[in-house]
Amino acid sequence: MSEGISQPDQPQPLEAHAGDKDLFSKFDDIIALREGLLSQGREDPFNLVMEKVLSPTRAICNGRETILLGTYNYMGMTFDPDVVEAGKQALADFGTGTTGSRVLNGTYQGHKECEEALREFYEMDHAMVFSTGYQANLGIISTIAGKGDYIILDIDSHASIWDGCAMGQAEVVPFKHNDIEAMEKRLKRIPEGAGKLVVLEGVYSMLGDIAPLKEMVAIAKKYGAMVLVDEAHSMGFIGENGRGVVEDAGVIDDVDFIIGTFSKSVGTVGGFCVSNHPKFEIMRLVCRPYVFTASLPPSVVATAATSIRKLMHGSNKRAHLWENSKNLHAGLRDLGFKLGTEEPQSAIIAVIMPDLEKGAHMWEALIRNGLYVNLARPPATPAGMTLLRCSLCAEHSEEEVGQILEIFEKSGKETGII
Amino acid sequence: MDRAEVDTKIRELIEPFNKKGVELKDETTFQNDLEFDSLTVMDFVAEIEDEFDIIISMNQQAEIENYGQLVDAVHKLQAGA
Ligand SMILES: Cc1ncc(COP(=O)(O)O)c(C=O)c1O
Repeated sequence: MSEGISQPDQPQPLEAHAGDKDLFSKFDDIIALREGLLSQGREDPFNLVMEKVLSPTRAICNGRETILLGTYNYMGMTFDPDVVEAGKQALADFGTGTTGSRVLNGTYQGHKECEEALREFYEMDHAMVFSTGYQANLGIISTIAGKGDYIILDIDSHASIWDGCAMGQAEVVPFKHNDIEAMEKRLKRIPEGAGKLVVLEGVYSMLGDIAPLKEMVAIAKKYGAMVLVDEAHSMGFIGENGRGVVEDAGVIDDVDFIIGTFSKSVGTVGGFCVSNHPKFEIMRLVCRPYVFTASLPPSVVATAATSIRKLMHGSNKRAHLWENSKNLHAGLRDLGFKLGTEEPQSAIIAVIMPDLEKGAHMWEALIRNGLYVNLARPPATPAGMTLLRCSLCAEHSEEEVGQILEIFEKSGKETGII
Repeated sequence: MDRAEVDTKIRELIEPFNKKGVELKDETTFQNDLEFDSLTVMDFVAEIEDEFDIIISMNQQAEIENYGQLVDAVHKLQAGA
C-alpha cells in the first residue's frame, strides 16, 4: 500500500449515478469529499510545495524551514557530492535525455553501467533498469503471469503490483496481510499444473512492518511457485549488504525476482528487477512497460549507479539509521503515541491517529511547528486507519531526532492527542 | 453438495458480516445492499474458500455482484474441486 491520496492501492470500480452527464461524473463523490476537507480552512496536506531543499533532511515548505520526516530518502544520497558530480558530468557528456526506448536508441553506456552496479550490489546474474519502480512491477508481473496463471499476493500490496496483476490478466488470489497460513491454504488449492507466482514486499510502507519472508518463501517453493519480492523500502538499509529483507531473512538465493526503485534509498528516479533466472534477458524484448517508453536520462542513471556503488559500503550509515529508527520509535511510544509496530522493524514508523479529523489536525500542527510527515488516510490505509507515517533518513542527526520528538510532543498536546 | 445445501452454508457464514441483518435474496447485492467494503469482502471470501476448500480469484469475484450469483459460483466451484 502507499500514498494513494483518495484511492486504495487495490483498484476499485467507480460507480456513476443515474442521469450522469459525462465521463467525469463518476468522480463527483471524490470531488465533494475533497472540497469538504478544504472548506474547513485546513492547510491542504496534499498540496505542499517544497520551495527550497536545503539537504536530505531540511527544506523550506510553505515559507517555513521544515525537518523532512516523510521522504523515503532513507540513505540521504540526494546531496551526496560524488552522486551530484556524476550527474553533472553525464549531463555535460551525454546531454539531457535519450529520446528513445531501451530497445532502440535509448541504451547508453550509463544504462549498462547502472545495470552492472545492480548486478554487483545484489550479486545476481541479471539486472534490468526501468523508468520507474512502478513500471518495473507493472512490466515484470504482467509479462510473466498471464491468462491462466495464478498470482498469490498480500492484500496490502502496492498499487504497482495490483496494476501489474490486472494488466497480465492472471487469476489474482490475495491473502490476509502477512498471514503465512492463509497464504499456504491458497497455494494448496491452485489447480495442478497451473503457473504460480507469489508476490511479496520486504517492508510494507503503511505500517513499516516486514514480511515473514523466511517462512513464506519456503512455503512458496514447496508448492512450486516462483517468488517476486518488492524491496522498495529496504534497499541499502536492511540486510548485511543492504540487499533487503530477503538478505536479512537468509532467503535471497530462493527468490526468483527482486524489484526495487531508485526513488527511495538510491535518491533519484527509476526502477529495476534483478534475477538469476537463466532466461531473464528475454524480458527486454517481451516486457511492454520496458519497450514502449523512453529510457531514463543519462544524468539519472549516472547518479543511480554512483549512489548504488556507495550504498555497498554504507554499513556505518545503516547502523546510524537503525539507531534513529529505534530512538524515534522509543521516544514516540514514551510520549504516549500509538505506533504501527511493537518494535521498530524498518526506517518507517507509523503513528496511528484516532480518526481522520484528528489526524488531519495533528498533521497541520506538525507542519506549523516545522515537521513534515506523510498523512495516510482511508481508503489508502489498511483497516481504515489514519496514519502519520515517518520515514527516517541516515542523515538525521541524533539531535534532529530529539527535535522531532519535541515537535511531536508540542503538536500532540496542542491537538489533545496525547 | 447441492445448491440448497451450499445456500444454507453460505447463509450461516454471512451472518457475522451482515451487521444490519439485511434480508438475503438472490438479488441482494454485496456492494449496495450489504455495504461490504474491500476488507470485508476479503474476510468473507476467505471464510467461504476455507469452508468449501475452493479458490474464488478476484477475477471471479468481479463477476459476482449479488447473493444468488455467489451461491451459483460456489456450487459450481465445489462440484469441480
Ligand atoms: C512497495 C513499492 N513498490 C514500488 C513503488 C514504486 O516506485 P517508484 O516510485 O520508483 O515508481 C513504491 C513507491 O512508491 C513502493 O512503495
